[in-house]
Amino acid sequence: MFDVDGPWALAGQVALRPEPFGALAYHFGTRRLSFLKRPELVTVVRALADHASAREAITAAGIAAAEVPAYEAALARLAATDMIEPRGTEIR
Amino acid sequence: MSALATPPQRLVDHFQSGLDAPICLTWELTYACNLACVHCLSSSGRRDPRELTTAECRSVIDELERMQVFYVNIGGGEPTVRKDFFELVDYATAHHVGVKFSTNGSRITPEVARRLAANDYVDVQISLDGATAEVNDAVRGAGSYDTALRAMENLAAAGMRGFKISVVVTRHNVGQLDDFKAIADRFDAQLRITRLRPSGRGADVWPELHPTAEQQRELYDWLVARGEDVLTGDSFFHLAAYGQALPGLNLCGAGRVVCLIDPVGDVYACPFAIHDAFLAGNVREPGGFAGVWRDSELFTELRGPQSGGACASCGHYDACRGGCMAAKFFTGLPLDGPDPECVLGHGEAALAALGEAPDVPRSAVDHSRKRPPARACDEDPLSDLTTPIDLVLHRG
Repeated sequence: MFDVDGPWALAGQVALRPEPFGALAYHFGTRRLSFLKRPELVTVVRALADHASAREAITAAGIAAAEVPAYEAALARLAATDMIEPRGTEIR
Repeated sequence: MSALATPPQRLVDHFQSGLDAPICLTWELTYACNLACVHCLSSSGRRDPRELTTAECRSVIDELERMQVFYVNIGGGEPTVRKDFFELVDYATAHHVGVKFSTNGSRITPEVARRLAANDYVDVQISLDGATAEVNDAVRGAGSYDTALRAMENLAAAGMRGFKISVVVTRHNVGQLDDFKAIADRFDAQLRITRLRPSGRGADVWPELHPTAEQQRELYDWLVARGEDVLTGDSFFHLAAYGQALPGLNLCGAGRVVCLIDPVGDVYACPFAIHDAFLAGNVREPGGFAGVWRDSELFTELRGPQSGGACASCGHYDACRGGCMAAKFFTGLPLDGPDPECVLGHGEAALAALGEAPDVPRSAVDHSRKRPPARACDEDPLSDLTTPIDLVLHRG
């Protein structure tokens, strides 16, 4: 389950490449490619590590209230495919 | 629809008009190979004396890192016969360029398997073109089935999970799809099924080996039922015209999101298009690989609007997009017409219209080994002095 009130970050094995439409995310472990189709979503994903919760990162990115559910759903999908991970679980 | 599902431009249009850097690319490291598969897409066999040096390969990797190319599909020839192969793999992964390499398995000893299993950024793909030795060896050569299976055993024993077993689907192995899946499951590996292209030596055997129309339909149904469980390298997008698209980008990525670097540094639009018509440049040019990718005339043209030609009026054009450029080119069909394996049969009709002995383009790049002489005295004793002697070819 994706906990929008928990701390998240881009997974350690994921590379994010800026593109005109947003970004490509590639997970070197699962070899999965994801398309972040909005620059705003890229901003949110990058901001995750600097905020206490995913909810805060979405707010900080200035996402309009009406669009917040869509961003939460997008983050949940990224979490389900291990593109983002709960902070503190990563072994460095 | 949600805000995220309606980007200003469709994703596929972004890919169609090309990205600033490839998502991934194929890099054939050598034309040397210890096998002589009848369908070899790069007509490999002998090493080319002009192949990129270790230092040149490293600077290509540096460029790929700067461009943020996520990974390279390394192939050949048999890439592991290069003495600097593992050095280059380690250099790439240390520089954030992931590696997936294709091999016939001959060098995947238990020791090598352990080394590969220890590197998270390396993926291995073992080629297998028959689920039985009989079917496989008819295409890949005597003993190659046992070699591939031994490599899989070594990888599994080393704890390498999810390595790939790569099958080029033919008329003779299409009935073995469930058997291939069983082999993959046995080794905790992932099955990858790709299309036979009439490229390289493949042009000689394509008419006899490519799946029949009925087999192609069975293959499609089988792949649809397996979903993301079986990889296809996006190679069957022409089958999308049957209805539902298979998982993947479902477009020809040539020169737009993928390309090929061949052993001598030539950059082609795709791995199946080794021919002057699809040559964009060379990594040894002053602008390097990035220069070729960004500025070559050929790639610029491929990224422009494409004409559907004879296919434009077909209701399925949006699904299949006219199919594979290389498959058309090497069977003598026009690039703006149907794929030779068009699911509606338009390709078959177009091929038939070409007649019995059509004038099809051949690649000038051929490193096939000459057949051994029938008797020793049939060979000119001086020939060894006039052709490059290749010491890399000994079996390991």
